[in-house]
Amino acid sequence: MTIAALLAGMFLATYLTRASFLVFGRHLRFPPALKAALQHVPVAVLTAIIVPEALAPGGQVDISLGNPWLVGTVVAAVVARLSGHLLLSLGVSFAVFGLMRWW
Amino acid sequence: MTTVRHALYAGARDALPLMIGTLPFGVIYGTTAVAAGLSPLAALAMSVIVFAGSAQFIAVSLISGGAALPVIWLTTFVVNLRHALYSATVHPAAHGWGLRWRALVAFWLTDEVFAVVERRLMERGNEALLPYALGAGGAFYLNWLSWTAAGAWLGQQFPDLAGWGLDFAMIATFTAMVAPQLRAPTPVVVALAAGTAAWLARGLPFKLGLILAAFAGVAAGVWMDRRNACREARA
Repeated sequence: MTIAALLAGMFLATYLTRASFLVFGRHLRFPPALKAALQHVPVAVLTAIIVPEALAPGGQVDISLGNPWLVGTVVAAVVARLSGHLLLSLGVSFAVFGLMRWW
Repeated sequence: MTTVRHALYAGARDALPLMIGTLPFGVIYGTTAVAAGLSPLAALAMSVIVFAGSAQFIAVSLISGGAALPVIWLTTFVVNLRHALYSATVHPAAHGWGLRWRALVAFWLTDEVFAVVERRLMERGNEALLPYALGAGGAFYLNWLSWTAAGAWLGQQFPDLAGWGLDFAMIATFTAMVAPQLRAPTPVVVALAAGTAAWLARGLPFKLGLILAAFAGVAAGVWMDRRNACREARA
């Protein structure tokens, strides 16, 4: 039941945006200010998810070099920023995270 | 007829590099969805029905954080709002397609499919654009479902994956997506504003802090854009 509601709501939230012009076309006009604002959404949303998870994994605040989530995230960011290579960044950060947790 | 088949095939072929690029995302999505407590069938159903990679990822992290349904729906809407822009871009070329085909192409209009279709639109105009878009969209859809199913299967085979730090896989993936964009001052300010707001609001129930932080980040971005525009006007 909850899954059905979850999926139905997510479907509507997704499909309405994609169908907006293609299906309901003619009468719509895209506001330029909204267009400019939308460019910032991915960075804003993803950063908003990353920061609390990295600094307080599982809800426990741990801002130290002993926090594998924090160190792993910083490593992922540095490698991705320098190399621009997604898989390399994931591989290196997973390795660092794994070593810190199970060594 | 051959033009149609050609265009279908060309769409699928041009989507191939991006399809391979989504392999890790699809597999990690499926695995983390199952680790977050969704059944493998529900994880796959989300791909079948919603078909929005980043929104699905974010929904899974919200579900495991105990978010309320309206927060998940609203976040999905905000994250996907940029797809309205894609819809508006394709719309002028889609006049003669008929409602059913437009509705189907709209369903498949993810970031990746749009990128492929838009390039074709730039290069060839709307010559056989419909079958091309159907080829790209259909291929990409099947591709996403396959990787999701593989990930969900993995998650079911290894139920302990959650304990192995799969939540880290998700934030590492997000980080690797964001970091390369932090080359100009504006995205850096957006990230700082969103990150600070998310940190300060992390105690709010139902993950409401995420919505607040997203708005804080976007507001900071709009403010930076205005400032840049003013400077250019003065120079």
